[in-house]
Amino acid sequence: MVEFLYGIEVVINGLMAGVMYSLVALGFVLIFKASGIFNYAQGVMALFAAMTLVGVQEGQVPFAHLINSVFGTQYHHFGWHINAFVAIAVAALVMLLFAYLVERYILKHLVNQEPIILFMATIGLAYFMEGFGDLMWGSNIKTLDVGIPQGGNFWIEEKTAFLGGEDFYGFYLDTLDIYATVIAIILVSTLVLFSQYTKTGRALRAVADDHQAALSVGISLRRIWVIVWSIAGIVALVAGIMWGSKSGVQFSLSLIALKALPVLMLGGFTSIPGAIIGGLIIGIGEKLFEFLIGAPFLGGATENWFAYMLALLFLVFRPQGLFGEKIIERV
Amino acid sequence: MLYREAGDFKVSYQADQQTFPIRFDRLFFWALLAAAYFVVPFFINDYWANAVLLPFLIYGVASIGLNILTGYCGQVSLGSGGFMAVGAYTCYKMMTAFPDLNLAFCILAGGVTTAIVGIMFGLPSLRIKGFYLAVVTLAAQFFLVWMFNKVPWFYNYSATGMISSPERTMFGYAITGPNATPAATYLFCLTFLVVLAFLGRNLTRGSVGRKWMAIRDMDIAAEIIGVNPLMAKITAFGVSSFYVGVAGAMIFSVYLGAVEVTEAFGIQKSFLLLFMIIIGGLGSILGSLVGAAFMVLMPVLLKNIMVGSFGWAIDIAAHFEFIIIGGLIVFFLIVEPHGLAQLWRIIKEKMRLWPFPH
Amino acid sequence: MTVSQDAAVQETITPDGRTIGGVLMEMRNITLRFGGVVAIEDISFDIRQGEIRAIIGPNGAGKSSMLNVINGFYHPQDGEVWYKGAIRGPMRPHQIAAQGIARTFQNIALFHGMSTLDNIMTGRLTHMKTGMLSQSVWFGRAQREETENRAFAERIIDFLEIQSIRKTPVGRLPYGLQKRVELGRALAAEPSLLLLDEPMAGMNVEEKEDMSRFILDVNDEFGTTIALIEHDMGVVMDLADRVVVMDYGRKIGDGSPEEVRNNKAVIDAYLGVSSD
Repeated sequence: MVEFLYGIEVVINGLMAGVMYSLVALGFVLIFKASGIFNYAQGVMALFAAMTLVGVQEGQVPFAHLINSVFGTQYHHFGWHINAFVAIAVAALVMLLFAYLVERYILKHLVNQEPIILFMATIGLAYFMEGFGDLMWGSNIKTLDVGIPQGGNFWIEEKTAFLGGEDFYGFYLDTLDIYATVIAIILVSTLVLFSQYTKTGRALRAVADDHQAALSVGISLRRIWVIVWSIAGIVALVAGIMWGSKSGVQFSLSLIALKALPVLMLGGFTSIPGAIIGGLIIGIGEKLFEFLIGAPFLGGATENWFAYMLALLFLVFRPQGLFGEKIIERV
Repeated sequence: MLYREAGDFKVSYQADQQTFPIRFDRLFFWALLAAAYFVVPFFINDYWANAVLLPFLIYGVASIGLNILTGYCGQVSLGSGGFMAVGAYTCYKMMTAFPDLNLAFCILAGGVTTAIVGIMFGLPSLRIKGFYLAVVTLAAQFFLVWMFNKVPWFYNYSATGMISSPERTMFGYAITGPNATPAATYLFCLTFLVVLAFLGRNLTRGSVGRKWMAIRDMDIAAEIIGVNPLMAKITAFGVSSFYVGVAGAMIFSVYLGAVEVTEAFGIQKSFLLLFMIIIGGLGSILGSLVGAAFMVLMPVLLKNIMVGSFGWAIDIAAHFEFIIIGGLIVFFLIVEPHGLAQLWRIIKEKMRLWPFPH
Repeated sequence: MTVSQDAAVQETITPDGRTIGGVLMEMRNITLRFGGVVAIEDISFDIRQGEIRAIIGPNGAGKSSMLNVINGFYHPQDGEVWYKGAIRGPMRPHQIAAQGIARTFQNIALFHGMSTLDNIMTGRLTHMKTGMLSQSVWFGRAQREETENRAFAERIIDFLEIQSIRKTPVGRLPYGLQKRVELGRALAAEPSLLLLDEPMAGMNVEEKEDMSRFILDVNDEFGTTIALIEHDMGVVMDLADRVVVMDYGRKIGDGSPEEVRNNKAVIDAYLGVSSD
């Protein structure tokens, strides 16, 4: 009985890990829907957003290491601490500026290229942003604290202890994960409402369907792309805050992008609900597989590849994912 | 006027099809090859071998392999790192299981095994395209690295999990292990590159190369005019993985000597190879080599300039490396998707007419 | 027209002296559906050896889909395809191509990463048989086969008068020349049956005359059977020996150009009623 309850705990934790994946996958879906680009840089965007947030909050001098190296100075901090909300606002503004620059200097020039070229361009962008971010804020691990409570939630632990008798201590769930879930739900609902009921949202859906047709009804492709990349940037910021609070702001954050790929394979590249459900399935699947099979029989650390194997299976049997559009070939 | 085609008429199709149609190019190539074999070994030292020449030769082989798959046949692969690991570990098992077996055979065995594994992971490409395929190759990358980490049989149950290359000799000279001289390792790798580049060039200019390119450009039309897409993709995966596996085996046995799989063959290596063929030029053997040279030399140059001359901290050079690489990738994709090789061809065209403008 | 006494051979001689033989390809009761949409409904017609067969009809009638069925790219839910006297079992498009069926496409499907010459050489792929091992060594068998096939491709290049652009990447060529290169690629396969999907689309009068001349020459000199989809009625009347008319996936006319032109159903659906 206790084993079963621990299994449930694994599932719930998996659900919440899944929410985190979904947050990142969301950014991908948005950009892919509107421009057909798979933005490999989404993970690095999350990292850069988080780094900027911490940097602004703690009053870091941008490019401090470079300036000190070149000029022999010793600048590190401005000496002030900025309120978390203001810092988040500043970071959001930076991501908007980033979206504008990306559209202006990269997307505009690659309009008619095949998707694979665009994908490789985003790989280039990812490397560029990584080097740039490291140069600007330093590559050491930073703690990100915007006031979201962390650690095991004792209230839930207490309240669920009765389920398992005396050997069971109650479900151990991290408060941060709970916050993340709530925030993700709010974010997704906002996005869905936005795309269904506002003029810009409609324009986004038009562009996702057919660039030419959207142009012909007077929608400015470039403006839409800036908007989409800005939204993706904000989503990246939220994802960066959540992941960064949990595990610190460091390079491995950008590898989340690689985890998002299987999420999208499951959910379909063009579906917002698909990104959520795909993320949840991967989150649960990973944890459950490791719990039931990976740790006892395979030596553990199967989380590294389980998501991909699951995605592979989907690719073979249902390439468009659970919710994506079927691809019809025409000659 | 020096570099001209005028008056150099081809009177046979064979002459038209040769790799270096311009005489100057041909002479230059043979001179370069002669220098590589007969001059360099006398001047080479440890630093040049390990920092520049060996990585260039070995990554040259690997990038030709990846270019065959991605540049010629249009199948994206992000799993090259994992495939190099397959080559390396196969080589290791062969070296330890058959101590008397010539090193070249162990390396070739690495290539063949990788070809088989590559074909296996490439089978989904029959139904999946574009970056869906990239996901499959990513899966291969992570799975293979995990496997070589976790399954002790691969590293002969050693406690460290690392594999190291026992000493092997050829014609009496040590090629691997601590006694190997830079000249010996250099010549060994050079020979592999020359032979494999020759074979690669022939494959890409023949009918199988045209089948690959047809699949890349328009796979449905290709099938309708008679290209078997299954065979084309499988051969592309097979040949490409062979090259990549050979390169991985060489990285392990000759270059590094001892290897830890996540660090030596992780996803960053997959990206490194991808960048080589993008910058060098997709769909070009010369481009693969140029790209390999560029990606090997650039960090060395950067470090020498920034740290050596300017005295900046070493991690700043690393950050700039990322910035420059990322920027160049985007730049080449926008301006010249056929990379440095195409820029070189354009320069040569201008040179043929120089000093006349047209 | 004189009809041969030997009914089994069923040869006919056209007014301009060409010989049309027996049935080369026959479509019997072909039905093709995509989900709920019926693209082709119970269509039967044949194509005879050596003739020029036109397939005409309004846009969306299913003409290109019919060619795709012939190529094996679409698999009809119902019906049979008979080729060279035998029923065709389930085959992949590349196997069908090897049987001698070549095609041009409505929206030009040239290989943009290659030059004109290389594109035409891809048409020779079904005839090039050296294995990969020989190819990797190049010198010897592979080079010989390459040179032979290059010579053949050059004959096609001469025939189509595109020598000056043989090394140009096809992406840089004007539309009319691209269509010609695509015809060259199809001819390079030495097909028994050549399928042309709107070969004159987007051409001006001169280009149409050139293309018509090429088509007639191909049929005359090489004896190639040709099936073409075409909208220009003038071209169809001049070139075609027989015509099939399709509308909304059904066959509404089948016969000589004159018969079809006077067919009321065809006039209503496609040619239009002349005002009196």
